[in-house]
Amino acid sequence: MQIDDVTSYERSIAKYLRQDRLPHIWCAGCGIGPVLNCFLRAIDSAELNPDLVSVVSGIGCSGRVAGYVKLDSFHTTHGRAIPFATGLKLANPQLKTVVFSGDGDLVAIGGNHLIHAARRNIDMTVICINNFTYGMTGGQVGPTAPLDVRTATTPYGNFEPPFNLPWLLHASGASYIARWTVLHLHQLELTIVEALRRPGFSFIEVISPCPAIYGRMNKEPEGLDSLRNYIKRSVIKHGAGPRETAIDHKGPIVVGKFLDIDQPTLQDHLIGVAAKAKKPVKK
Amino acid sequence: MKLWRTPFDRNPDAEPLGYIHIDKIRCKGCGFCAEYCPREVLHMGAELNYKGYKLAAIKDESKCLACGYCELICPEFAITLILNSNANKSEEKHPV
Ligand SMILES: Cc1ncc(C[n+]2csc(CCOP(=O)(O)OP(=O)(O)O)c2C)c(N)n1
Ligand code: SF4
Ligand code: SF4
Ligand code: SF4
Ligand SMILES: [Mg+2]
Repeated sequence: MQIDDVTSYERSIAKYLRQDRLPHIWCAGCGIGPVLNCFLRAIDSAELNPDLVSVVSGIGCSGRVAGYVKLDSFHTTHGRAIPFATGLKLANPQLKTVVFSGDGDLVAIGGNHLIHAARRNIDMTVICINNFTYGMTGGQVGPTAPLDVRTATTPYGNFEPPFNLPWLLHASGASYIARWTVLHLHQLELTIVEALRRPGFSFIEVISPCPAIYGRMNKEPEGLDSLRNYIKRSVIKHGAGPRETAIDHKGPIVVGKFLDIDQPTLQDHLIGVAAKAKKPVKK
Repeated sequence: MKLWRTPFDRNPDAEPLGYIHIDKIRCKGCGFCAEYCPREVLHMGAELNYKGYKLAAIKDESKCLACGYCELICPEFAITLILNSNANKSEEKHPV
């Protein structure tokens, strides 16, 4: 038997993963691991210089990602991953800034930062693990939880209508919007590569199981139950209009690449203004 | 209905395209690999690891396509696919 001495795993992701920290803290069947795996592969396939990639996370289970990457990374306070990444990008425009965090962190407490970063079209990639809840703190209802789902704070069913994230980001001014589930891993990897390479604000939502907290209360006590549910419910529809991408309790989950447009980034506008500012003012 | 068949010219003694290594310390028994392996190479065995998680195990490695999906979907980074660079050579040896 003659086998390759370098496995694909070693070739693509081992160098970006803090293996000394494994096994990680995520529960059995949690979807964050596969998304991290895809992200690390995407960094490799996008042929980025790892010294110029920085990963910023907020607080939450998803926010732990920053601690498992062997890249420049920062675990910020709750909701503040995007402002931290904005500062990095403005100070060093060469950097590829990636924000990797959860629905609660990015859309609830950090919601204002999210929409304004999209409006300013800051060159960064945001990967949002949407598990419809605050996993880390025991499963309170979050701003993406569909109507009627049970959570720790809505034992009779959620009565607050959720955000439809692709619509929110589209309206806010993002350049690139995509959504996949934890099963669409090859598509997710390609999407992350595309998002990393393109200038402007990219938002990738990944529907992900949280069996220990959200799943347990919604008849999906195992990660596999959620994945089987995604197979039944997901519909690939590239370019779907933002109204079509709402997720309800039982209906279809529309996935795909929804938006990919070129528009000037914040940096482009800044350079334009800086050029004007240098001209002497006539009296 | 069975859609898959073994190609006529596939040497029955050909080496598998890949070998799977499962890290027993990292595996948490979620079952993703066993459920989504397209060739049913993996299954959930009876063995428990030191933390009491039921471990994934190899059922029939000879069927492995080396597609790498198990390695990608494993949330624990517990699976390594080792490509067998000899596999296609042994295929060629089969008399036409
Ligand atoms: C300022 C502040 N408020 C509240 C918390 C408590 N807290 C920690 S994680 C979290 C929610 C995280 O939810 P999400 O981003 O969806 O991550 P998940 O755990 O679901 O991956 C909250 C509210 C905190 N750490 N800091
Ligand atoms: S609580 Fe939920 S999101 Fe957090 S690690 Fe466990 S399964 Fe994953
Ligand atoms: S590489 Fe593909 S065929 Fe081989 S065990 Fe993994 S999922 Fe199955
Ligand atoms: S996917 Fe990984 S953690 Fe889950 S059963 Fe298979 S080897 Fe174990
Ligand atoms: Mg969450």
